[in-house]
Amino acid sequence: MSTASDHTNLSRPVKWSWLFTMAWRDSRRNRSRLFLFISSIVLGIAALVAIYSFGYNLRADIDSQAATLVGADLVISGNRAPDKQIQPLLDSLGDSRSQERNFASMVYFTKSNDTRLVQIKALQGEYPYYGSIETTPLQASTDFRKGKYALVDAALMQQYKASINDSLKIGKLTFKIAGILNQAPGQTGLAAGVAPVVYIPMQYLDSTGLLGNGSRISYNYYYKFNGKTDVDKLADGLDDRLDKNSLHYETIQTRKDNTGRAFSDLNRFLSLVGFIALLLGCIGVASATQIYVREKVASIAILRCLGVKASEAFLIFLIQIAGIGLIGSVIGAFLGAAVQLVLPVVFKDFLPFEITTTISWVAVGQGIILGIIVSVLFALLPLISIRNISPLNTLRSAFENATTQRDPFRWLVYLLILGFVVGFSYLQLQSWQASAAFTAALFVAFLLLTLTALLLMRVIKLVMKASWSYLVRQGFANLYRPNNQTVILMVSIGLSTAFICLLIFIQALLIKQVTLSTSGNQPNMILFDIQTDQEKGVLNITKSFKMPVLQQVPIISIKLESVNGKTAASLPKDSTADKMRRAYGYEYRVTYRNFLTSSEKISEGKWIGEAKEGEDVPVSVDERLARRLKLKLNDKLVFNVQGTPMNTYVASFRKVNWNKVQTNFQVVFPNGALEQAPQTHVLLTHVPSSGVSAKYQQAVVKGYPNISIVDLGLVLTILDQILDKISYVIKFMSGFSIATGIIVLIASVRISKYQRIKESVLLRTLGGSRKQILVITALEYLFLGALSALTGIVIAIAGSWLLAKYSFEIPFQVSYAPAGILFGLTVALTITIGLLNSRGVLNRPPLEVLRSDT
Amino acid sequence: MLVENILHIAQLSKTYNSAGKTLSVLDDINFSIATGSTNAIVGPSGSGKTTLLGLCAGLDRASAGEVVLNGINLNNLSEDKRAQVRNQYVGFIFQNFQLLPTLTALENVMVPLELRGERDIRNRAMDLLDKVGLAGRSHHFPTQLSGGEQQRVSIARAFSNAPKILFADEPTGNLDAETGERVQKLLFDLNQDAGTTLVVVTHDLELARKTQRVLSIKGGKLVSDEKTANNL
Repeated sequence: MSTASDHTNLSRPVKWSWLFTMAWRDSRRNRSRLFLFISSIVLGIAALVAIYSFGYNLRADIDSQAATLVGADLVISGNRAPDKQIQPLLDSLGDSRSQERNFASMVYFTKSNDTRLVQIKALQGEYPYYGSIETTPLQASTDFRKGKYALVDAALMQQYKASINDSLKIGKLTFKIAGILNQAPGQTGLAAGVAPVVYIPMQYLDSTGLLGNGSRISYNYYYKFNGKTDVDKLADGLDDRLDKNSLHYETIQTRKDNTGRAFSDLNRFLSLVGFIALLLGCIGVASATQIYVREKVASIAILRCLGVKASEAFLIFLIQIAGIGLIGSVIGAFLGAAVQLVLPVVFKDFLPFEITTTISWVAVGQGIILGIIVSVLFALLPLISIRNISPLNTLRSAFENATTQRDPFRWLVYLLILGFVVGFSYLQLQSWQASAAFTAALFVAFLLLTLTALLLMRVIKLVMKASWSYLVRQGFANLYRPNNQTVILMVSIGLSTAFICLLIFIQALLIKQVTLSTSGNQPNMILFDIQTDQEKGVLNITKSFKMPVLQQVPIISIKLESVNGKTAASLPKDSTADKMRRAYGYEYRVTYRNFLTSSEKISEGKWIGEAKEGEDVPVSVDERLARRLKLKLNDKLVFNVQGTPMNTYVASFRKVNWNKVQTNFQVVFPNGALEQAPQTHVLLTHVPSSGVSAKYQQAVVKGYPNISIVDLGLVLTILDQILDKISYVIKFMSGFSIATGIIVLIASVRISKYQRIKESVLLRTLGGSRKQILVITALEYLFLGALSALTGIVIAIAGSWLLAKYSFEIPFQVSYAPAGILFGLTVALTITIGLLNSRGVLNRPPLEVLRSDT
Repeated sequence: MLVENILHIAQLSKTYNSAGKTLSVLDDINFSIATGSTNAIVGPSGSGKTTLLGLCAGLDRASAGEVVLNGINLNNLSEDKRAQVRNQYVGFIFQNFQLLPTLTALENVMVPLELRGERDIRNRAMDLLDKVGLAGRSHHFPTQLSGGEQQRVSIARAFSNAPKILFADEPTGNLDAETGERVQKLLFDLNQDAGTTLVVVTHDLELARKTQRVLSIKGGKLVSDEKTANNL
């Protein structure tokens, strides 16, 4: 008998043109459905392209506007007055020089009798050399330097209903408001909200009387170089000298680097948020493709029967998915390019400069390539099952379903997906550890939702009873029957809910923390910089307002000279000792007392409340500082107390709850050591209302203008505003995930519609009413929505608990009301989308549906 | 090359494992089909006739025994090689037509030719559609055609690659009597014109009697092999 090789050559090359033709032909009758699959990735791609584009524009804008952010070629700053050795250097640098003293102080609006803690910037010279101090009227930015004038932050002017030419008292001096400060160089809207700025000319600073002992002033020196001086090289050469004098410098280049780094961190974070939206969409693609392939089993079997190879059948559908992926990505990329026009508005409070909104073609290209990769990658798992579809399905329609259960290639696909997620997140985070953690967290959330979905299906099977009404049974059964969408819907709805709920919880926890700490008889007002001779007077004012003195603490500024005989000079020159070097350069504000406060606990050693004359002073050190300085018990520390060395040793370590609103200290001295040192005092009290608060502040500031007052009620309002702004940005970005979740939901419902048509038509043919089918559908989506939202909320509770415990270190509490509202909204949305998408089956006659859709 | 027997089946068995038990569907089947002949495989439901057709056409692999089609031992071939054998030598007609729903009637007929990389495909496919009386409906999709029309497209497709052997599984099973008659006539006429070997699996004894040879299967065994009047 002759053999195959005698008769014919059975190897045939792959005909790509035919594969493309078949992919095209096959798509003709499915295009709207295919687009539905791929629409899941559109928003994810849009989010990423918008963020990338925004990032590229940001980088270009930072480069072009860095000079106006710094305002000078070189800035030298420090937190104490420069000594005589360094002063000549500071006076000789640059061709033009300006100086600024920067400190917190109370101001008093004489017209409205209001007081407020602000950031005073006392300026001398023509700073800024690049850009401008933006004021209304324009000339106010130069005019205010000529006399006793002030520029006042725009929001502050509005808040206290102040007008130009009104009087403003700062310390002992009264200034006339020359103009409204709209924008200080390099200042963000957020920073202006936290510490509103008031500019005054420096020549009047001494006369304000605010430069007393203990005032925390920063000294800034601005330089402009006219010639071709290499400012960075010059500054680098000065670094050691500046460092020894606790001064640091900034040039346009370092600002570019630092701002660029800060914003690229923000950009990376946002990219990850966008990536989650994309991944959510990818799961939609995978699920939709799986159903698509299942429906294509018969066609693929026919093709196999007619002589199409397994690999060719696989390629036809791969080309189809890649093609639709390309279209989806292009739409997503252009949508993203449009969205990025909105981003500068969203981020306006975080940006210290104007941002341009040019379309970045690199970002568009990146988005399109990414879209094709993810759509193909996530469709691969169901697609590889095409290779296993037998031609026998033409003879027996129920021969077997396409499955990948025994296909070793599925492991390769899993590996590729894992590699892609880790790789992509690595590109954003630049750390393998962080990208592994991100992937793991994502995996856990997906796993949790998938497991809940699987568990739900199992439990329903077990608990469902024949005695239940038919409609309830049918609604339940839809969750676990073949071709159900339970897992995909649980993951997409659940993850979106978890995301938004986590944001709500964290915001509520932070606000609650501050509210709690100011409620009852807890301190809600802090008075700083009280001089020793003012202590009694302030106490009297406080008592006259019938307010309690909750704490009265002396504060002394000291510096660390040596640890066990080692000084800063003995540290290695490299960056490994940076933290230690900073710890030496730092000015510590310490106190003395013979008791521990409620926010402290001794974790090691022994608390000693009294110093013995002639012996080293026993001090108690905060655990965190001890870790940074690598301190052990009994280590010898020498502090410089206003020029006098003081020998101490570490007697104990304290665990300090820094979140509690009260004065906390890194180093606490015992009584009998620092009483004679120059000191200021802090007073903590509780004001019963905002009305009393305003009057009390007026009284204090009138009598003692150097005293700064922090009103925690105001802090709470500002914190609320900041959190609102941050959560607005995060909500905007997570909006993409939520919208993707909704699209996946719509796509899933529409895809499952095709599965349900026959059954609904059969039910209607057997006499089922439209209402009954409606109830069955509504019940199915009610269960799905409720379970998904609940799982999402549980994940958010777990996530916010972890964040509260380990990141914010604040007590955890669930905000039930917003969670309840979110739950209701999610369920309502799921049911609405479910019903809206099923109405095609419900409203049309059974036969019409069968003819058009099958 | 002309082979005397286009199909040779020797000691053919097919078993399935189900729930730990071995189920024998076909057992020790032996026969040969002469080139150019018309044949019917008949038997009651569950007798194994469709399984036998699947094995003969290379759609499935036998558990034991040999299937030699046009001199090629199918048992030695991978699924992809068997797909090529089907494309080169085999035509199919199915009870439920099995047209590709996303392709027009013309495109359905063109597919086997396209796979072979042949030329002038469109005209040849149109000729075939003309022969089955559907030239005017070449751009219609299967859902736009009646059952009889779909089966006629299916016949045109089956003959498009000039197969050496044509397998038909209950070709009139889904059609009314009148349409069934017309489809049968078309099938035999085209078969005669092309000189193709025909193997029909059917319940319909009247259809079986129109072939030259009837093979009867029962319980997975070949129980009779009779020549009909058409063979005389």
